[in-house]
Amino acid sequence: MTATIPAVRVSVLADPAADTTPSTAWGAVRVFAWRSLLKLRHTPEQAADAILIPFIFTVLFTFLFGGALAGSPREYLQFLLPGTLVMAILLMTVYGGLSLNTDVSRGVLDRFRSLPAWQPAHVVGTLAGDLGRYLVASAIVVTLGLVLGWRPDGGVTGVVAGIGLALVFAYALSWVWAAIGLVARSPQAVSMLSFVLQFPLTFASNAFVDPATMPDWLQPWVEANPVSLLVTAERELFAGTASFGDVAWVLVASAVVVAAFAPLTFHLYRRRTA
Amino acid sequence: MRDDPTAPAVETAGLTKTFGQTRAVDGLDLVVPRGGVYGLLGPNGAGKTTTVRLLATLLRPDDGRAVVLGHDVVDDAAAVRRELSLTGQFASLDTDLTGRENLVVQARLLGRSRRSAHARADELLAAFGLDEAAGRLVNTYSGGMQRRLDIAASLVRTPRLLFLDEPTTGLDPRSRRHVWDVVRELVDRGTTVLLTTQYLDEADQLADLIGVVSGGRLVATGSPDTLKRSVGGDVLEVRVAAADAVRATESLGLPADAARPPASGAEHDATTVLSLPLTRPVREVLDVLDDAGITLAGFDVRRPTLDEVFLALTDEAVPA
Repeated sequence: MTATIPAVRVSVLADPAADTTPSTAWGAVRVFAWRSLLKLRHTPEQAADAILIPFIFTVLFTFLFGGALAGSPREYLQFLLPGTLVMAILLMTVYGGLSLNTDVSRGVLDRFRSLPAWQPAHVVGTLAGDLGRYLVASAIVVTLGLVLGWRPDGGVTGVVAGIGLALVFAYALSWVWAAIGLVARSPQAVSMLSFVLQFPLTFASNAFVDPATMPDWLQPWVEANPVSLLVTAERELFAGTASFGDVAWVLVASAVVVAAFAPLTFHLYRRRTA
Repeated sequence: MRDDPTAPAVETAGLTKTFGQTRAVDGLDLVVPRGGVYGLLGPNGAGKTTTVRLLATLLRPDDGRAVVLGHDVVDDAAAVRRELSLTGQFASLDTDLTGRENLVVQARLLGRSRRSAHARADELLAAFGLDEAAGRLVNTYSGGMQRRLDIAASLVRTPRLLFLDEPTTGLDPRSRRHVWDVVRELVDRGTTVLLTTQYLDEADQLADLIGVVSGGRLVATGSPDTLKRSVGGDVLEVRVAAADAVRATESLGLPADAARPPASGAEHDATTVLSLPLTRPVREVLDVLDDAGITLAGFDVRRPTLDEVFLALTDEAVPA
């Protein structure tokens, strides 16, 4: 590769006139969100996750459990689809944490931390960029559902509102993974923890079966599980019967998670040294 | 807060950083004047990288203080970050982005518009011989290419102070020279460069001042020449025919071990090299040999190398 180095010295210095003031906080957030989307495009195996997981869950569960739980796959799908949508999106919330963990291990964190830009933008923007990933997954679940016979009575408005609410909750949850990503030793550790935490959280909810069929000791947990709150709100929004309370509880839960984890994450970010 | 132009580029007093039981930086008092290249030398684990990370606001000192271009690294970290660029010891790149995208992200964070960021990225890619690889993911780059891109990323904006932590480790000789050219050009335009390196010839080539660090402390400082003189004066090496060696040693009053065969195999075996400290005029030595009827095969005045300085200084400082 040495042959490609120009023998003639090229001036590498920036024209001082072109030197600018550092980007604003909002500008920096946008750059990091764009960077996150670029990575999604360059690593198709991660995009494959975003496509396959929702696809498998929706098709498999509809035909596997449909007959047993609701009499027919088509009928079960009306109940199930909001559940698979939520599960598919929530499983992806770990990517922000994985991405930050990778930045730590590659030393990229050092480079960003020594720039005169608003430091939290790295986290805020990276997580915001993942909204693109969630949107892809949502579109797949909804399209697939419509093909298989899902008919939301809430119409386009209901579906759009439902996806919007799921995105808000997912963004909030991704802050938990950002904090974990900044303390974990390796991306593998983050992935492992994700399986250990996400499966109980999503399965011990009302996403796939009616909690009334569960044992008494499990029901209080399932009803208090924020994922259940979200799934209920999704069902109501898609059906066009959502109350203010259904949606408000999810927004409150999201706000609480961000209020607890954003300051923690920023603190960890400033302290983390590769 | 305005920068005081008379303040040194870097000034630390009692700077200390401890990791567990290890005092990585142990009361370091360092003054780096403005302009030129300051080389920080020291064995592995001497605290060079920790020092650079403290100065770049990536670590907080446990004790002491550090002022960079007039700004305190703790109280005024944001002002410090506006002035400096850092190239760390290991390439800090997004390996799943392309080379160009890496530079554009930096340029955008530094406030450039999309168009200006792309223009700047292309300029740097060309200057570092990476234009052909610009659209490829960095994880397909060789180690040397990654290193060059990493340095390019530090130069997206022309910093007033540049930290280069072992910038040429793993580079082939030609890429190394290219990096040296870049450093010299930056210095010509007024940037101060703080360089850590384990290549002593690199420090010799580039540095105006050298600080030798050992055990987290500064054990010596000075220009390369001053440091070389500090471990011993210049040496006169006289080459004579092997047959004359004993006579020459005696007539100069030297101990027998001053004579040794030439280091290089290119010299034919019939010559012997006599090393003597340069404590009397060269002319006098030559006259003595002439009077004894000894013909010279050649002579050389040699200064101790930085390697000798380095070994002498850091050996003393390392506890047994």
